[in-house]
Amino acid sequence: MADFLSSQGNRVLERNWRVREGEIDLVALSPTGVIRFVEVKTRSSQKFGHPLEAIDSQKAMRLQRLALAWLSTHQRLGAEYQIDCAAVLTSSNGAFEIDYRSAIL
Amino acid sequence: MGLEGHLITIEVDVADGIPSFTLLGLPDAALSESRDRVKSAIINSNLEWPHRKVTVALSPAYLPKSGSSFDLAIAMAILFSTGTITVDSHPPTIFIGELGLDGEVRPVRGVLPALLAARARGIERAFIPHVNAAESHLVENLDVIPISSLAQVYGFYTHGLLPDPLVREELTCESAEILDMEDLAGQEGARKALEVAAIGGHHLLLMGPPGTGKTMLAQRFPSILPALTQEESLEVTAIHSVAGKMFLPGSSIPRPFIAPHHSTTAPAMVGGGAHVIRPGACSLAHHGVLFIDEAPEMSPGVLDALRQPLESGEVTITRSIGTISYPANFLLVLAANPCPCGNFAGKGRGCTCSALQVRRYLQKISGPLMDRIDIRIFVDPPSRVEMLQTTMGEKSAIVRARVETARARSAKRFYGLGWQLNSQIPAKALRKDFRAEKPAMNLLHDELERGLLSARGVHKVLRVAWSLCDLRAGSIPTQEDVHEALSLRSSLRAGL
Repeated sequence: MADFLSSQGNRVLERNWRVREGEIDLVALSPTGVIRFVEVKTRSSQKFGHPLEAIDSQKAMRLQRLALAWLSTHQRLGAEYQIDCAAVLTSSNGAFEIDYRSAIL
Repeated sequence: MGLEGHLITIEVDVADGIPSFTLLGLPDAALSESRDRVKSAIINSNLEWPHRKVTVALSPAYLPKSGSSFDLAIAMAILFSTGTITVDSHPPTIFIGELGLDGEVRPVRGVLPALLAARARGIERAFIPHVNAAESHLVENLDVIPISSLAQVYGFYTHGLLPDPLVREELTCESAEILDMEDLAGQEGARKALEVAAIGGHHLLLMGPPGTGKTMLAQRFPSILPALTQEESLEVTAIHSVAGKMFLPGSSIPRPFIAPHHSTTAPAMVGGGAHVIRPGACSLAHHGVLFIDEAPEMSPGVLDALRQPLESGEVTITRSIGTISYPANFLLVLAANPCPCGNFAGKGRGCTCSALQVRRYLQKISGPLMDRIDIRIFVDPPSRVEMLQTTMGEKSAIVRARVETARARSAKRFYGLGWQLNSQIPAKALRKDFRAEKPAMNLLHDELERGLLSARGVHKVLRVAWSLCDLRAGSIPTQEDVHEALSLRSSLRAGL
């Protein structure tokens, strides 16, 4: 996933940043200077619905709080940021498919 | 809204974002649930569901929308917008139908008015549930495609596959059992009264002790009325379609016979409802017969609610969502016992009611309503001789033929005057162009002078006299006709 972001010209700042409240999967700096917080959802099948359907309003709010927490611990409050979600669908032969949606929360 | 259809345009926006599905445009509960039906139906039809932010808007947005009939249209709008189905060009099309979770297309109410409205607004093609296909026979100049599943619509657009051609089912009415006048023993007087009422479109009151055949008579009334014209059957089917009655198609719609129970409420009688204003009993009886058994038992308010439709031939209902009118041009048949215990008449054995009770009982049918009833007869219990008769009564078909001939006579007479039936002759015309013979008029004026008839009563008697005159194929009502009309109006008094 981090490779995918790098290949798009982003600089990955942090992986699996963890605090008591939860975890941010990826933090990256986009080519235009926007800080991206990325929530990655992985599923091996769509039997239980689309991966992104698992993000409900509570989860969205937590991501929002975590993003602010990250910004304040890194003294970057006030910087432009966005929250992205990525759905990763893996199949048994190791291949995977990334459905990336930027700035959706 | 009522019988008037509104065309609803459905717009779909599919955007990036957390997968969601929003429905806009004042949907009610059934329509809100449409989201889950549509989603399941698309997925279970093996079509692609966009796992993105889907916004569906039903416009015009200010109109409250209800029911499940938009399901198919919403599903199609989504399939078009995601590119699952692509079309280069297609005629203006509407989609009507409820979706099952498996993608089945289910019947909805009000298909016929919707199709009529669509055609009036230049729609050329319609997809409708195959169960409702029967209703569509009445609509011309519209390419109607009945379907039974969402997959069939997909097949149509992607492979040009037409669903199985429509089998023109000539369904019969739910109450297919047609009752015939021949079942009745005797009752010559009542038979004649029904026939006259059928000719002139006169409202009718049948009074008599229990078990004399009032209900039997009334139930057979539609069988002697002329068949519905094409235009009339269109109106009747449209009303019944809105009411959710899967009504029969084709040519042979019988006249409706609606018999609400005497505990019926006013909204059930004239129509009502919160989200959808449904037609009431008197609209369902449009072009047919509204039969109220035990009329004095009905609450007076409900009976009086019939006065407006009796006067204008339509009902106007106002609710929070708006005001609508339904046609309600029916023949009213009231049946009543002469007193609470029912035995105050004829041989009068064992009536246990007090004089006051008897008087009060019939007063429950209010004066203004009674005034609109031209023919009031007393139905006597069949006599011993009549019951022993082994020959059947006259068949309905024979009576109907006479009614049709007589109606043709009156229609010819009123050609270009704006009304068709004798009961509709305006008072002004009665005084000028449609008087009876001189001696007959003298007779009526005598009655008027003696205070036995009101001025309005004179007009009523004259109208019935015209029907009697049509029945015997006369050209002007004679003294005899007027006499008979008088007796049809006041035989109650004699009977009591």
